[in-house]
Amino acid sequence: MKLDPDSAYVRIANLTKRFGDFVAVDDVSLDIRRGEIFCLLGGSGSGKTTLLRMLAGFESPSAGTIRIDGADMSAIPPYERPVNMMFQSYALFPHMSVERNVAFGLEQEGVGREQIRRQVGEILDIVKMGGFGARKPHQLSGGQRQRVALARALVKRPKLLLLDEPLAALDKKLREHTQFELINIQQRLGVTFIVVTHDQEEAMTLGTRLGVMNHGKIAQIGTPSDIYESPATRFVADFIGSVNMFEGRVSDDGADYLRIQCGELGCTVRAERTVSCTRGATVWTAIRPEKINISRQPFGAGAPQAGSAENLVRGTVREIAYMGDMSIYLVQIDSGRMMRVTLPNIMRGAERPIAREESVWLSWHGSSPVILTE
Amino acid sequence: MKAHSLFARTALVLGLVFLYLPILSMIVFSFNNSRLVTVWDAAHSPTLKWYVALLSNEQILRAAWLSIRIAVISASAAVVLGTLAGMALARLGAFRGRMLLAGMTAAPIVMPEVITGLSLLLLFVALEQLIGWPKGVGAVTITLAHITFCMAYVTVVVQSRLAGFDESLEEAAMDLGARPLRVFLRITLPLILPAIASGWLLAFTLSWDDLVITQFVAGPGSSTLPMVIFSKVRFGVTPDVNALATIMVLLVATGIAISTVWMRARQKRRARDLQLAAAANL
Repeated sequence: MKLDPDSAYVRIANLTKRFGDFVAVDDVSLDIRRGEIFCLLGGSGSGKTTLLRMLAGFESPSAGTIRIDGADMSAIPPYERPVNMMFQSYALFPHMSVERNVAFGLEQEGVGREQIRRQVGEILDIVKMGGFGARKPHQLSGGQRQRVALARALVKRPKLLLLDEPLAALDKKLREHTQFELINIQQRLGVTFIVVTHDQEEAMTLGTRLGVMNHGKIAQIGTPSDIYESPATRFVADFIGSVNMFEGRVSDDGADYLRIQCGELGCTVRAERTVSCTRGATVWTAIRPEKINISRQPFGAGAPQAGSAENLVRGTVREIAYMGDMSIYLVQIDSGRMMRVTLPNIMRGAERPIAREESVWLSWHGSSPVILTE
Repeated sequence: MKAHSLFARTALVLGLVFLYLPILSMIVFSFNNSRLVTVWDAAHSPTLKWYVALLSNEQILRAAWLSIRIAVISASAAVVLGTLAGMALARLGAFRGRMLLAGMTAAPIVMPEVITGLSLLLLFVALEQLIGWPKGVGAVTITLAHITFCMAYVTVVVQSRLAGFDESLEEAAMDLGARPLRVFLRITLPLILPAIASGWLLAFTLSWDDLVITQFVAGPGSSTLPMVIFSKVRFGVTPDVNALATIMVLLVATGIAISTVWMRARQKRRARDLQLAAAANL
């Protein structure tokens, strides 16, 4: 068999799932490559879990097909699919020891006792649970249970591993640590991962590619930086990270730039041209908080009049939230709207930090705004 | 600790007296030397003579043995049927006839025993005329009747256990390659075993002391222990019945004590394990 890393390893075509009148997954088509970590990101009710359960075989599609490594999965029951799943609750069998839990999958295949022992030992070592084989699940901490669940799902070397909110039950410190370990293990074993999560940070660090889901549809597919820096829709821009969004009208349509008249913003936005739109069209300007410059003096020479300048607005600082590594400023601009600006705290104890109720200028580079048409 | 109010203490004492005074007096009188149940023969009591008399009472021993056999068989059969019904009700969702099955399994619990007994008798008689089985009334019909009403209780116990069951455990087993039957045998069954065991004990107890339904479907030579006791008491309580009842109370109390101690130990062990796990949190 020829190995083409870019070809679709898992091919989901026109997949739909209805529960009565409710459409949980709506005509989703999606290709997943061999060896990647694909993250399905979405809020509750976005259909991501239903999609995962269809991949595992627990739900049968109302329409559409799933192919894994070329084989149609429609008529294959869950216990015959080359797919394993790590459950959000971990679903460790409470009446079996760690070893028996991990061995369960191999036992179903009729693997010899000696080989089971060896493979279970190996995988427990990989997840650093080597010394815990005789423990029962309730004798383990949350992090340890998570590792055992991972080992149990990986021991059969599935073609595809499905992970349902794999880190949701862990506390923050442990979660960060586990994220990187999960990536390590994935690279070591080369198993294709599909991760379902509602946590964008988790999706960004784990995923080689993300699929953002909304109302049963895929809103956008791309690398984490694609999704963050070039969101395709207002939903995606708003869902991933925080964003300042203003409605406006295209007033000038240059070869490589757009001018947008933004009443809500009180200035003209000049942005790099990334979308095709005609003059007079309604668009939305999305600017990430960390891409905005905050200063006491307006940027550049002279003191332009507020309202006539491009990519420059005046405002008053209303709130400052000190986060340690950075500070969040909530600035009320002259049009009355609030804008969110974040600044990294590079210097220890800056000499004259911007204070509340101080008058400031906000500006940004022409490459910073993203222009959205839907 | 809060001081217990006079009211609470009075209520407790009254409640205990109300519940246990009859049993206590029965136990005391089982050691009475007098033939008259109501007269305490202080000169020659306590004595074990009624217990000795009991051991040589063929009728009572036979009835007790029959009751035990019927109770074991009905409890076991009721557990199998009740577990299946409980599984169907808890798992199959909205299938055709679900309401009917739910209603039918619950019916014996709420139905007056007289009606259950009468209808079973009519059924057995009709069956004998139609297909020639069961041959007359006796141990077989008693067992069938007991299975019928015991099953209802087992169904309720198993169903409520399954309602709190984490179904992702079964999905995980299936995901790991286990076929549905194996999932049931390796995962579901071991996890609902405590419910099945308590269902069995409940069924055993119900069958063991059932009198009303049994009266309807029993025949000559198939007297269960409750029937023998009841018929003896009709001609005045004899002290050997007291002795018999005392032995039964003793057996039940021992059973409860053992299971309580066992549950306590299990709970303690579990709490300790959880503490250890929390301490070792990585």
